[in-house]
Amino acid sequence: MTALPLILTVFVACAVEAIEALTIVLAAGLTRQWRSTFQGMAAALVVLAAVVGVLGPTITLLPLGALRLVVGALLAIFGLQWLRKAILRASGHKALHDEASAYLREVAAAKAAPEVAKGRVSDWYAFTLSFKGVLLEGLEVVFIVITFGDNQRDLGAAVIGAAIAVVVVTVTGIAVRAPLAKVPENALKFAVGIMLTSFGSFWGAEGAGVAWPGGDAALLVIVPVVAVVSLSYVFWIRRYRPPDRLAQPARTPVAESGGVTG
Amino acid sequence: MLRALKSFGAFWYDFVIGDDWHVAAIVVAALGLTALLTHAAHVSAWWLVPLAAFAALAWSLYRATSSRS
Repeated sequence: MTALPLILTVFVACAVEAIEALTIVLAAGLTRQWRSTFQGMAAALVVLAAVVGVLGPTITLLPLGALRLVVGALLAIFGLQWLRKAILRASGHKALHDEASAYLREVAAAKAAPEVAKGRVSDWYAFTLSFKGVLLEGLEVVFIVITFGDNQRDLGAAVIGAAIAVVVVTVTGIAVRAPLAKVPENALKFAVGIMLTSFGSFWGAEGAGVAWPGGDAALLVIVPVVAVVSLSYVFWIRRYRPPDRLAQPARTPVAESGGVTG
Repeated sequence: MLRALKSFGAFWYDFVIGDDWHVAAIVVAALGLTALLTHAAHVSAWWLVPLAAFAALAWSLYRATSSRS
């Protein structure tokens, strides 16, 4: 695999996580105070750097076969969970992840919480909200970067993809000062789920001792096949297992979003 | 302390396993079976993991949509 598909895959996956983190940070910063929000962000980034510092070198010590088996299993599990959620959302069984409504929920909770100072942090709520949001989404970014980078023995390309995603989302967030609600998040998650499942299955099976027909070129078949099967599941559920009418809004989320294509 | 450990464990369970542990179990079982077939029976079982992944996803979606209707 050349560096470009690796960079693109990591970019899309990390952009989704960065958008979710941005929503939480904006809610904390705009409704509470920026100082404590930035302190929370900084603390989370320090923890993430420590995780990378420990996990990065440790994981590279593993033999490639064992690494691919473990990482492949984790990526496939991750990818299938992403696909499961994306398919349920696209078929109307689960509400679409809407950054605007997620932002409004966070804002309402932030406005209701009392302002408590702890140590050098003047607003503990803003600090913990920002810390948790950045840490949780950041852990997923770290996991994706390390696993994809190490497996392809090209950590630099994976870091570039992640860094571009974080910078693009941050700059856009600063420019619009609002959650990135117009991003077709379910479509992106669908795409990331397909990539994680495909790479996870490929590397996991390789780690288990399989020699794929065509070597790395097998991915050119696996990715479209996973995409087609996943899309067929959306149509299968829409056709044969429609959501409960009582739980269905007047306009379905699927109709509003244009399904998995955004 | 116990509460902190429990929430730490719950965080990682949710982070890695997610909403349906059956998916994780099927993926791990498929990889184990693939290793067994490849090394013990010398069968080129490259097809097993993707098939298991599709089956796990279908099964999980079936369960998720059944419990709602």
